[in-house]
This record gives sequence, C-alpha cells and structure tokens, in this order.
Amino acid sequence: MKPVLVIGGGIAGIQASLDLADRGTKVHLIEKTPSIGGVMAQLDKTFPTMDCSICILAPKMIECYRHPNITIHSESEVVNLEGAVGDFRVKILEHPRSVDAKKCTGCGLCSEKCPVKRPSSFQAGLGQRKAIYLAFPQAVPLIATIDRDACLWFTKGLCRTCEKVCPSKAVDYEQKENLIELNVSSVITATGFEQYNPKDIGEYGYGRYKNVLTALEFERLVCASGPTGGVLSRPSDGKVSHNTAFIQCVGSRTQTVGYSYCSAFCCMYATKEAVLIKEHEPSSHVTIFYMDLKTFGKGFQGFVDRAQSHWGVQYIRGRPGEIREDPVTKNLTILYENTEIGKVERIEVDMVILCTAAVPHRENKELAQVLGVELDEYGFFEVGDPVSSPVETGKPGVYVCGSCHGPRDIPESVAEASATAAKASENIVLSEVGQ
Amino acid sequence: MTSAPRIGVFVCRCGINIAAYVDVPAVVEYAKTLPGVTYAEENMYTCSSDGLNKIKEAIKKYGLERIVVASCTPRTHEPLFQATCEESGVNKYLFEMANIRDQCSWVHQKEPEKATEKAKDLIRMAVAKAALLESGDEPEIDVTPSTLVIGGGVSGMRAALSIADQGFNVTIVEKESTLGGKLRGFDSLFPHKQKASEVLMPLITRVSTHPRIRVLTKSTVKSVYGFLGNFDIGVETRQGVEVLKVGTIIVAVGADILKPKGLYLYGEDPRVVTQSELEQLLHKGEVDAKIVVMIQCAGSRNEEHPYCSRICCNEAVKNAINITEKESDVYILYRDLQTYGIHYSRLEQEAKRKGVKFLKYQAERPPLVTSEPDGLKVSLYSPTVNEAVELRPDMLVLSTPLVPVADAKELSQLLKVPLDSNGFFMEAHVKLRPIDFATDGIFICGTAHSPKDIGESVAQALGVASRASIPMAKKRVRTAAIMSQVDQTRCSGCGTCLDVCPYNALKKNDKGLAETIAAVCKGCGVCGATCPEKAITMHHFTDAQIEAQGLAALEED
Repeated sequence: MKPVLVIGGGIAGIQASLDLADRGTKVHLIEKTPSIGGVMAQLDKTFPTMDCSICILAPKMIECYRHPNITIHSESEVVNLEGAVGDFRVKILEHPRSVDAKKCTGCGLCSEKCPVKRPSSFQAGLGQRKAIYLAFPQAVPLIATIDRDACLWFTKGLCRTCEKVCPSKAVDYEQKENLIELNVSSVITATGFEQYNPKDIGEYGYGRYKNVLTALEFERLVCASGPTGGVLSRPSDGKVSHNTAFIQCVGSRTQTVGYSYCSAFCCMYATKEAVLIKEHEPSSHVTIFYMDLKTFGKGFQGFVDRAQSHWGVQYIRGRPGEIREDPVTKNLTILYENTEIGKVERIEVDMVILCTAAVPHRENKELAQVLGVELDEYGFFEVGDPVSSPVETGKPGVYVCGSCHGPRDIPESVAEASATAAKASENIVLSEVGQ
Repeated sequence: MTSAPRIGVFVCRCGINIAAYVDVPAVVEYAKTLPGVTYAEENMYTCSSDGLNKIKEAIKKYGLERIVVASCTPRTHEPLFQATCEESGVNKYLFEMANIRDQCSWVHQKEPEKATEKAKDLIRMAVAKAALLESGDEPEIDVTPSTLVIGGGVSGMRAALSIADQGFNVTIVEKESTLGGKLRGFDSLFPHKQKASEVLMPLITRVSTHPRIRVLTKSTVKSVYGFLGNFDIGVETRQGVEVLKVGTIIVAVGADILKPKGLYLYGEDPRVVTQSELEQLLHKGEVDAKIVVMIQCAGSRNEEHPYCSRICCNEAVKNAINITEKESDVYILYRDLQTYGIHYSRLEQEAKRKGVKFLKYQAERPPLVTSEPDGLKVSLYSPTVNEAVELRPDMLVLSTPLVPVADAKELSQLLKVPLDSNGFFMEAHVKLRPIDFATDGIFICGTAHSPKDIGESVAQALGVASRASIPMAKKRVRTAAIMSQVDQTRCSGCGTCLDVCPYNALKKNDKGLAETIAAVCKGCGVCGATCPEKAITMHHFTDAQIEAQGLAALEED
C-alpha cells in the first residue's frame, strides 16, 4: 500500500494525517517551517469555548510526531510531482537546519547563548528569537534550526558559539539540503492562508502608529506565552490599554486596496479577542467596528449575544475612514460613519486592532504549478465544483482542505481534512481492487 | 506484603501559566517529601516532546512504577501522558494527573501563596491515589465492518457512497419513501447553476445500484443496543422489524425548514411564500411577479430560534439573481448579510451588479407587512438609506431558518447522544472533533449538526466516511479498562444497577446475578454508587483509591 502525501502541517494537515495513519495508511507530512502547528499554534484561545488553543492542538501535534505511520518532513517543500492518482512520484526538498535532528534534544541552550536576535515570526514579530532557535516551546519536531541569513558564522564567518555550547554536538554547519523521492497514491494540500499586510491602507497608519496592531499580533499580545506574558500593554509606552477598538474587513470586502471577498472568520475572532480583553480587565472599554456581523456558524450568534449582554462589548456598524494619532499621547482617534444612524462620529482609544483579510499563501502559485492544479482569481486553490466535490481539485488524486482554498474556520478545516482522508482511502481501495 | 510502588512526580510550569502564580520549585521540593515519591522534577512544558522524553528517562533511571503529572487538564492531555508511560513499560492505568492549572493557578491568580498551597494539596492527593493504582487490561473487540447511515438525503448518500467505496457495507435507513431529502425541493444550485435534479438523480442511481449499499426506505430506527464495533439496531421497515448488526453509525437526518405561520401574513395571504416555496415556483417556471421583496431572518435570530441559519442569505441572493434576470425588481431586506467566503462574496457582487437591491433593517424595527386593497405593502425604516421606505411587492418571500427535525430528540435518546440548546445534534468538541459524537462509533454530518450549504454538508459527509471507517479498517479496537466489576459473592441480584445504567452495560447471568459487559461499560460509576450491597467496584476509581485521595486532602502539612 503506497503512502499518502500531505502538504502543510497546520490543523487541517494534522487531522488528515491522523485520520489516514490511524486506519493504517503511511503518511508523509510536509511542512515548510521548522514546526508543524500552523496558525492555530499562535492563537491564544478559540471561540466559543475559550479553550487554550495550543493546549488542545499540542496533543495532536505530538500524536503526529509519535505515530508510527507518520513521517514529518519539516523545513521541506514539494518541488516536483509526476504520475497520476494511485501512482504519483513526488520530489521533496529538505532544507538544511544546520542541526542534526537525531542528536538535538531541544534543550535550548544554543539559543540562550546565541548573540543574534531577529523578530520571531511565531510571536507575529512582537517578540524576538535568536539566529539559532526553537520555533516555540511546544514545537514538533522539537529541534533547533539555524537561520543562515542571520547567523554570524554563515554571514561573517564568526562566532560558532552554538557549536561550543551544544551538549549533544548536534550543530552541523556543513549540513546540505536533501532531495528525497517518494511514491504516493494521493496528495492532500493543506497549506493554509496568510494574513493581509495592512500597511497599504495608509489611512489606518499600520506600521506608522505603534498602537495599531493586527489581530494576529494581538493574539500573541494577549497570550500568556506571548512577549508580554499576556499583559495588554500597548507598544508605544507599555501602558495597559483600557480602551481598545477592533476594525473589521481590513483589506477585505473592498473594491479598492485589498480583496473583494469576506474572510469568513474575522467577526468571530474579533468578538473572541474582545471578550479576552474583558476577561483580563472587566472595566476595559471595547468597540468593534463592523459592516455585517457574520454570525453564520454553529454557536456564533449566541457567542456574540453574550459578548454584548454579559461582557458589554460595543458593536458599531460602519467602516472607519481614518485613524489619527496624537503625537504626544500616541492615543488614536477613529473617524467613522455610524451607518445605523447615518452620523459621522469619532472616538479616542488607546489601541486599535485591525482584523485583516485572510489571503492566499504567497507560495500557492509555485505549488499549484508543481501539482498541476488551478488557482482562482485571488490565488486560492480551486475545487472542481464546490457543491458536489468540495475537496477535489481538477486533478484526480489531488485534494484540498482548510483555508488554502478560501478562508474557513477550524471545525470546517478539520471536517474537510477528514473528507480528504476519505477520498485518499477510496483511491487506495480502488488501486487494490485494480491489482 | 509487596513494597510500596516507586512514584515519580512531574510538575509543569506551563510557561508562565502555572509558574507565574505557583512556586513550582517549592512544590517540587514538597513532592519529594511525600510518601512513596522517589523522584520529582519540574518542566517548562511537560507535554512538549522534550518533557515527555524526560518522563521516559526518569522511568528508566529511577525505576518509577507510578507517574503523577501536575499540569493542566486530563481532558486534553491525559492520553498523551498515558501513551508516554506505556512506551516506557508503565501501564497507562498507573498514571495520575493533578490539575494545578485550570483548577488552581488560573483561578487563584491574585493569591499566589494560596495557589502554591493548593497545588501542594492537589499533588498530595494525586500521589495518595497513585500509590493504590492498579494496572488495567483493555478489552479488545472485533469491529463489524458495516455502517448504518440514518437519513438518505445528500449527506447520508455521500457518506454511504464513500464508505462503500472504501470497502465496507452500508445500510441507509430513510423515513420517507424516496432518497434525496431536502435537495428535492431545490431548483438550481449555486455557483454553476446546474439543476438540483442533475446532481441528485445520478447520486440516487449510484447509491441504489452500489453492490455494498442497501437502502431501506419508509423505515425508522426503533432501538439501539451495543457499542462501537457491535451495534444491534432495530429498524422498523415496510416488511416489519429487522435487526441490523453494524460497527459504526452515522446520523444524517438533516433539518426541517420553518413554516412561519402568522409571520408577515404567511398563511393568510397567498402572495407571501417561504424561500423554499419560491424554489419550487422557480422550478416550475411560475414566478411572474414584477416586484419581489425578500425578508431575511424571518423567524431566526430571535428568542425562539436565536441562531443564524447560515444558508438563507445566500439562497435569497441566488434566487434574487434568477428573478432579476427575468427583468423583475428584487429587494432583499436583511439585518446582516451572511455572504461569507470566496464563493458567496462573488455571488453578492454578481447580485449587486445585476441590480438586486439590498436594504438593511434593524432587529428592533422589523418591516411591517400589510395587505391593502390594491396589494401587499411593506414598510420599514432602513439605515442603508436613512429613511422610511415603502414597497409594494407582487410577491413577498420569507427567508426562514432550518430547524431541527421533529424526531431529533427521540433519536438522540435512542443513540444516547446530546442535542445543543437549539435542538441540533451536538458534536464531541466544537473545534477539534466537529463530526464525532462523544460516544465512540457514532458520527454526525450535514444539517442535522447545524445549518449549512450542500458543499459543506458533502464535506462533512465525506469526513464522517473517514472517521467511521477508521475502526472498521483497523478491524479490532480497544476500549477503556475503566469499568465496573460486580463481586458475585455480594450481589443479591436485585437488578438496581441494570435499571440505572445509561449504557445497558450490565446483564443478569444464569445465576440471576449482575455482571458487567466490559466492552459496553463507559465507567461512569452510577451502578457502583447505587448498589445497595456495595458489590460493585469501579476500576481506576476504587473506594480505597478515592478514600486515600480524600484523606490526603484533609491532611495537615
């Protein structure tokens, strides 16, 4: 029985891998970054149950790691695909970590002693990591990796401190990239999405005003394992924000700068983040500026109702036109039209959170070419027919799940992941019958 | 007497989640002083692969026989730690957890000293229980390689087809006389505008002719006995009652469409129809109204049906486009337009391009519909135009929500699975187990779970086809060893335990005494608590273990 290839180690890829592995199918799970986990690993809590996100995800990540039927290829990418359903030949390029995976114990001593700091992508840029680092404490696999663009040895021929301090002699500056070839029966694509960078929307001042953050940055700010230890201190002066505003549809539902579609999950994560602020600081004032409140999912309306009635989160209908920063206090004034009453108004707040569009992964184009499948006009993977074949691309044996084919929330991604596992399992049975 | 078991204690800092409020090093030092504890250490994250390796190393190095982890909640992490113990040769039932985060550090953030004391108490209790833990053998059972699908709509049919294509037998039980469900009531489908029948008819043919699928129409499930791998299902068919033996069960009973009697003149004026009735009229080509008004959230997002029904906005927009193309004017009166995601955003833009008019109304000021001598009148205040609006439609269409099927409650009781507060079937975990029930071997898909469109229902249907096939592909599964055991020398045969057991996990043997059916028992403990003769022991929660834990709680340091 040939294995199945799963591309992308976020929650969708993890679930697809586990479903297949649990029934006895071998899986190769390809992850581009140093650790599986995806965006869900970066979230603080998940709505509507307010479960700690990494706490419910980490056991699944470890399950992938320990599963005898799953091989995780981290820092790897698919570079070639040939053949057809039931008999694909795929080439995987494993990038060098500069650390021997078999020797590294994940103790973190190298990282402690490394003198070079870089913004941590896991902390959404709010915190820092070293040139040699573990992606995050629950990373899977828990193996250090060297950022060769930052490392003093690779850039200037200096240092080599990590090599000296590593107790298990795992650092290997000579490590080369590795090309492996696999024969697989099906391919499941679960590469997820990216957050829109709102710096192009000049009137909101992201990048210029320190106290304007994106929602993903906020997730790290409010998280106990984030850079501030969960204290809602705003970047300009470290003062705790007592008055916070969320702006929906930043870079989405627009015909000007950004994308024209609705990102589906922002209304709910904004509501969740608003409730988190209230849980931290009940006296805090929270406002959400929205266009249409998208409460279409199971339990969503009830969650919003509770955010309003129990927590006192204020919802204002209207897309703000501009944010102005007070040069002295760094407080922010939001100018908006309240479209419920047709009035132009303004409020001053300590901090603004931009709920940005979920956009296609920038590498989709390259991957789609390798896989021989189509993207839509935005750059998301396209399914043949969203009604009858919601997880099938135009190419038999190549499936998609999760936000790589349009923004969708965790439960939808998980259900779709299982759906791709079902399709891959059908293929295996079919090819067995054929033999 | 054998010597006391060697206990190892691992105290998790959980980053700062625990360590910021509980003095973890002090707790570790304290744990070392407890009776039976041969080793204790702290970890940054005990659940990380590094932390798990440390448990394994310590088991080997110190010959540990019982493991206590003091960290978060067993709800998410117990299986992980148990598996780690097993890998090092320690039976998983020799593991105990102390919840010093959710039930300690998180709730006592303002009083760290008391939190530290409480963490010590919780660990002392866990250690006291751990000393008395016994290893357990999990019964292994065969899985019958066939599935029961309840409901023959598009979800049930797609789930059945996939499972059959994965090599297992399926029986579909459908209460109506034909397959097809709600899809039969649709005209055209979004986004490719194919007729619903073009999707439905080939599907029904494939299902009806598949060698591994059996269809029982005009049939209902009347009884459910057994457990994952071995369910006995009583089905009332046209021919009489039949017993099916299946390994897994899929619930795909769909939902009903609300008929909004008395709302906006529905049932009083023939020009007022529901969105699904409009589908039928469109299908027959019987819509000739020049002005059509649609009212969204008709009977939803209110006190009676407090949820948003997800599909109504998109169905309205789709139908509005169809009608606009016939040169009629369509107004959609909405509260919040639920055109989410890529496909529905495209649909909304198409509608706006084609001239469908969208007017927002406020929940507290719903439209007023009256029947005037010269026709219908719809009056509303719309913030979209910031003024009062009056419309004179030839046809008024109400977008009503999907509601749970009438027999949802009955079925949930038969299957012993829960419904949510709105009456839809409730999954095991809203985020990570969206299509499993908490009961092993039973799964949920489609609109029985919550309102959703066809593609989303199909995705869930294929999803449950994977979930339900896993145990069947494995052929044998293990069930938990946390179960009751009846002491035959004490049992009086009174039968009280049989009455109270919610899982039918006890039976009377040929001596007339009670006996546990190990594979069925869920370990809930109701029988043990009820037995008047104290003849029932709950494995892993024995009286001695609970007593030791309780006494430890009352101990002074």
